[in-house]
Amino acid sequence: MRATSIIYRRELGAYLRSPFAWVMAAVLLLVNGILFQSQALAGEQLSAIVLERFFYFSSFLPLFGGILLSFRLLAEERQNHSMVLLTTSPVRDSEIVLGKFLAALTFFAVLLALSFYMPLLIKVNGKITTAQVLVGYFGLFLMGAAVLAIGLFASALTRSQMIAAVAGAVITGLMCILYIFAKKLDAPVREVLQELDLWWIHYQNGFMRGVLNLKDVIYYIAVTYFFLLLAVKTLEAKRWQ
Amino acid sequence: MIRASNLSKFYGGKRALGPVSFEINDGETVGFLGLNGAGKTTVLRILACDLRPSGGTIEVGGVDAVSDPHEVRKRIGFLPENPPLYMDMTVVDYLSFAGELRGMARGQVKRRLPDVLDITDLADVAGDVIGTLSHGYRQRVGVAQAIIHQPKFLILDEPTRGLDPRQIVEMRNLIHDLKQNHTVLISSHILTEISQTCDRLLVFGKGKLLGSGSEHELVASESEIRQITVTVRPPQGEDPKGAIRKVLAAVDGVKSVAEPYEQGGGLSFALETTKDCRAEVSRAVVEATLDLIKLDYARSELENTFIRLVGGADASN
Repeated sequence: MRATSIIYRRELGAYLRSPFAWVMAAVLLLVNGILFQSQALAGEQLSAIVLERFFYFSSFLPLFGGILLSFRLLAEERQNHSMVLLTTSPVRDSEIVLGKFLAALTFFAVLLALSFYMPLLIKVNGKITTAQVLVGYFGLFLMGAAVLAIGLFASALTRSQMIAAVAGAVITGLMCILYIFAKKLDAPVREVLQELDLWWIHYQNGFMRGVLNLKDVIYYIAVTYFFLLLAVKTLEAKRWQ
Repeated sequence: MIRASNLSKFYGGKRALGPVSFEINDGETVGFLGLNGAGKTTVLRILACDLRPSGGTIEVGGVDAVSDPHEVRKRIGFLPENPPLYMDMTVVDYLSFAGELRGMARGQVKRRLPDVLDITDLADVAGDVIGTLSHGYRQRVGVAQAIIHQPKFLILDEPTRGLDPRQIVEMRNLIHDLKQNHTVLISSHILTEISQTCDRLLVFGKGKLLGSGSEHELVASESEIRQITVTVRPPQGEDPKGAIRKVLAAVDGVKSVAEPYEQGGGLSFALETTKDCRAEVSRAVVEATLDLIKLDYARSELENTFIRLVGGADASN
């Protein structure tokens, strides 16, 4: 855990020093604000529906932000040769992956927190419960964690940041449209693929509407764990190559 | 002590190293010499526990590097070919990070930092961002990260690569200072560089260990082979080359006579001999009524030994 904490601090410092991270955060928040103004607030609607639409449009924050925050995490280390410092120190591969993941997740949480003024505006001018807001944000946070883990795994595969970003985006994209594929298939494959969908089933049908299902929480935690484990195994395998 | 036994490494199906076996005693400064692609970096990366060997065993300070890499990593400081630097960090922050990664407490790092900055002559740029430093300074930061945790073994892979002549001298002096407190392993493909710094050399070629010993020992092992070049004025007549070769080959101590080549109006013959037989050669030339124009003698110095060893590896592949 000590090594994880050391790597976490360095990585978080790198985010805070990086103009790219701040520019990316600013652009994502700007787009989020524009979507909120132009889409979520369009027409006269119940405030609960406005909030639901806010969470619908905000789901691009974890989907895009997760990839943008994670694609460089390991690929850049390899490209800049700094990975050797980590791999020749008494540090486990799992500690490297976890430290980097937690730093990215922290920055992502800050990004989410900066969007909090929008549901606050709905709450001030309408009638929504705090629980509905918190559940929605919890969903965004969990989906962000899962996408960051996918991006981190893609980053472990290659030294090219570009390839890592594309690979992460492709995996995330495929997992987001599994539901559409599933509809064309027969049971039981259909049910399995539907349950693996990253966006429609577990977010739109649950967190986005303010419904907290344990199975959705477990799903996102499982996806996060699975891809982090893949990232660790990929790093371990690289030592044999 | 470092003990490698039948160490080998395959990349895919291709053998990059081995099997090689060697031992390095505490306090030694050992040079890993070889052309590019000889397997030096692979050995050093295995020693630093950055790569796992495909076969064989390696012990560092009595600890098995394959089964207990964590323990070995604590004892080793590694400067790879490209220093592992974070360009966005200051020198002090980076060295603190490297020290903590190697298991040092924050207080320990703080106490150690002034010494490291002093040894590597980085005090003037301690607060500078690494990305703004020159190549020479970056290389020094690379050395500093390798020694921050006071490792027993220091591995430097091509430490003078890309440095200008002044920086090379500075790096050589730095390595000389480090020899006092560490067992140092240095790799290079530059012969003069490594022969000036190391007590002992391990010569690699095509993934194999071709020779081992001090510069003196390596040269001595090849000392039976010397080269004499004789230049004579070619006489008139049929096949003068063949006749002269016959005369030279008959001299006691001459092992072989190479094909002659024309030089300065004469014919030059390179003789490989088992002893210094210049007198016998000149006598034979005169007795054969040939005009002796020039007689060169070359002892097998380290460079010749190196070329011979590496050439032998090439030939056997």
